[in-house]
Amino acid sequence: MNTAQNNGHALRWALVAPALGWTLLFFVLPFIAMGLSSLTAHEGGGFTLSNYSQFFTNASYWQAMVNSLQVTAIVTVVSVLLAYPFAWILAEMVPVRWQRLALMLAVLPFWTSYVVRSYSWLLVLAQNGVVNRALTGSGLISEPLQLANTRLATTIGFVHFFVMLLTLTIFANLKQLSPSYRRAAADLGAGPVRTFLHVVLPLTLPGIMVGAFLTFVLCIGDYITPQILGGNNELVMPQLVMMQIGRRGDFPLASALSIILMVVVTAAYLACARWLKIERT
Amino acid sequence: MRAFTRIAAWCYALAVYGFIFLPVVVLVLFSLQSTSFPIPPFTGPSLRWYQAVLSDTRLTSALVNSLLVASISSAAAVTLGFLSAWGFARFHLPGSALLRGLITLPLTVSYLIIGMGLLVLFNSASVPKSLLAAGIGHVVINLPLCFAIIYSQMGDHQINIERAARDLGAPEWKVLLLITVPVMAPAIFAAFFLSMTFSWDEFVISFLLTRFDTTLPVEIWNLLRSGLNPKTNAVGSLVFAVSIVLVVFFELTLLRRKPA
Repeated sequence: MNTAQNNGHALRWALVAPALGWTLLFFVLPFIAMGLSSLTAHEGGGFTLSNYSQFFTNASYWQAMVNSLQVTAIVTVVSVLLAYPFAWILAEMVPVRWQRLALMLAVLPFWTSYVVRSYSWLLVLAQNGVVNRALTGSGLISEPLQLANTRLATTIGFVHFFVMLLTLTIFANLKQLSPSYRRAAADLGAGPVRTFLHVVLPLTLPGIMVGAFLTFVLCIGDYITPQILGGNNELVMPQLVMMQIGRRGDFPLASALSIILMVVVTAAYLACARWLKIERT
Repeated sequence: MRAFTRIAAWCYALAVYGFIFLPVVVLVLFSLQSTSFPIPPFTGPSLRWYQAVLSDTRLTSALVNSLLVASISSAAAVTLGFLSAWGFARFHLPGSALLRGLITLPLTVSYLIIGMGLLVLFNSASVPKSLLAAGIGHVVINLPLCFAIIYSQMGDHQINIERAARDLGAPEWKVLLLITVPVMAPAIFAAFFLSMTFSWDEFVISFLLTRFDTTLPVEIWNLLRSGLNPKTNAVGSLVFAVSIVLVVFFELTLLRRKPA
């Protein structure tokens, strides 16, 4: 009996040990390495806090964080505002038997490669791309607009991706809503607008917040879209991090900037978690 | 008035569909013309650039690399995820909630930071950049996902089947292979499929951790340096086609038969 129990113990840990070990070795340890690196001087080694203090004193680093937060905030708000009515139409106005297909179509470009999707927007927005050709061809403008390599392009690329993501989450949310809430509101004399504003919207708000938070996290940490569509004009944090590694091989500064970025995301998470909890009670 | 709002709603939906499909349509359309710039006016159709992609050994070997990294790292992530999910679901372990939290923690960190951490670690340990390093990173990002999916599907009703097998004298490894794995097959397959798609599309970790031999997204990234290039259109369209086939296959096989 005793040996059997011991075997059981050994087995239990043998099952979970590989996954735990992997996480410790290739997730926690790299993190510690990054933390240590961020506290060493790039030239000559030795302990220093200058990698962190640079962020606060160098205006261009600070500006990258401001740019990141601005782009992310705009993208999150615009994506939610575009996706919510769209998801609502799919959930409420499309006949049930077509809904699955309609939703699948709405997120189909989700499955293109992420790099390729940003490049596709470059095709659309380029100096001689589709949009400019259409605008000059129809005589609306005489000179092509500078659309690519701007913050607008980055925003459009991001919104495209997150509208699809949010449509999925909001659609699921709306479908989970029991129709009896709406019937009750109608029985009590509320019209469709009031029912929506006072019943449907508040009930789907926690789901929207989860989607918005996901958008925030993925958007602020993304390097691809701003690099391809925004160019090097108004750098965001991930671009700044990659620049330290690429051009200068400055791992300590890149580590410090990564950690700062992570602290901001964690702060957003805590704020969000708190807000959601209040919502639920 | 009602009719008006209906029409407005449909117009809105169409506009959003248009927005969602615009870049993809442009991508595929201009991959089909033979001129050296993928820009209007459309003069096609031609398969010239698809030929160029398929005869480009850098792209084809990157494609093979991507498939290898995706399938091997996903298999590793599913195996680790499944074993740990089984361990946590079936046995009482001290500090279980904390340890489960640890395993799912990488989900909350962006790929860039996970890649950066591994780069710093490997750099200080003088581990050279390679596909293996990128594969290790892909297991890090997919393991929490596999664990979460499989753990959430380990219901109580399966315990009874496992118990029955043990009562009938099956050793633990036999219970695992002959009972648990087949019963959990849909969740295991879903976890594997999702890992495959994430690894297949993952860019930043591969970009940081590979050098000469690299994966397809990184090779496509290298193509972007030449600006607008119809070859990029062609390879992008091919990747899209492969993904669509996979998604439709997934939709038809796995989602059709709802687990009881």
